[in-house]
Amino acid sequence: MHELALADSVLKAALSAADDAGMDRIDRIVVKIGELQQIERELFEFSLTTVLPAMDARLAGVKFDLSEELVRFECRSCGTDYGRDEAGIESDGDQGEAIHFIPELSHAFARCPSCGSPDFEIRAGRGITLERIVGSGEDESG
Amino acid sequence: MNPGKSIDPRSFAIDDRLTGVSRIVGVSGSKGGVGRSVVSSTLALALADQGKRVGLFDLDFTSPSDHVVLGVRRGFPDEEFGIDPHVVHGIHMVSVAFFTGDTAVPLRGDAATSTLLELLAITRWGDLDVLVLDMPPGLGDTNLDVIQLLPRLELLLVGNGSRVVIDSVRRALDLFTELHVPTIGLLENMHRGNERAVELLAVAAGVPFLGSIPYDQDLEDALGDVDRLRSSAVYSALENVLPA
Repeated sequence: MHELALADSVLKAALSAADDAGMDRIDRIVVKIGELQQIERELFEFSLTTVLPAMDARLAGVKFDLSEELVRFECRSCGTDYGRDEAGIESDGDQGEAIHFIPELSHAFARCPSCGSPDFEIRAGRGITLERIVGSGEDESG
Repeated sequence: MNPGKSIDPRSFAIDDRLTGVSRIVGVSGSKGGVGRSVVSSTLALALADQGKRVGLFDLDFTSPSDHVVLGVRRGFPDEEFGIDPHVVHGIHMVSVAFFTGDTAVPLRGDAATSTLLELLAITRWGDLDVLVLDMPPGLGDTNLDVIQLLPRLELLLVGNGSRVVIDSVRRALDLFTELHVPTIGLLENMHRGNERAVELLAVAAGVPFLGSIPYDQDLEDALGDVDRLRSSAVYSALENVLPA
């Protein structure tokens, strides 16, 4: 359940952003979840909504907008753009588990479907990103 | 928060994850092959044997070897509110080798940075007297990231008497001074004959000289066997190397 640790980092980042923006309450936190990390969304959402908001009064009543983003790799050798299914990563077992903890370890297992290179860039859908927060008395910032 | 710009939340969790760690000691040496991994792993072993709570984080993501030095074959972490380091020989250990086994991990600089951020954000080190970081060679991304992300970092530099190493360590010392990173001192590894170049460099640079580890032709056979490591000259030299 390292989703709790990731959720914790999202809320800490949101509170820091609220400090920067002078917000005394956070109404909404918008988060993007990348496909590659294979986060258990229910567990992540549960951590955000139930376990952690008690950490700070500014999070009381906060709502979350979660959206998912598909992973896109770009091969640095031949330029091919491809997704997780084409990368040849095993979803179950040790490969999936390793990438779940550290998405960059996909470099050990994923290969370009065109040229077989392990040298690629993860262009989208890597992991968790805090997109923006909306706070009381403030315009959207993010 | 910059309007219109999303942020990576991971760095915001790092301080909390390390709050129970009293000291963070990076074992560094700008040149490859000076024995950083052997020194890091054996230092962690010696401290654990003294009853200290010790962590060992192998930051050489593309070529991890602390698990080889300590004879650890597998250490997939437990997952509980983050990941818990694998505990072996009393050492709380994290290495990407535990996730990837014998598979090569080709990482460019930005991917290495992201790997470091992820592991710092999710690893629960708990209460430690010392967290030993086995820093990768060079003065590239991971070294600079660690200096930036861990303001409590202290560096223990390892070198040997070779002129190419001395030159490289001198430059590294200059950089660490410029970056205001505290240096515990300079340790000579693989000492031969009457060489004094490392000691003289320490004196010239104004950093403590931490002693010399003699070249040990039997060390290779001790790798992976902690009982033999405990009998090695490296172990003896490292038992008291860390000043309080």
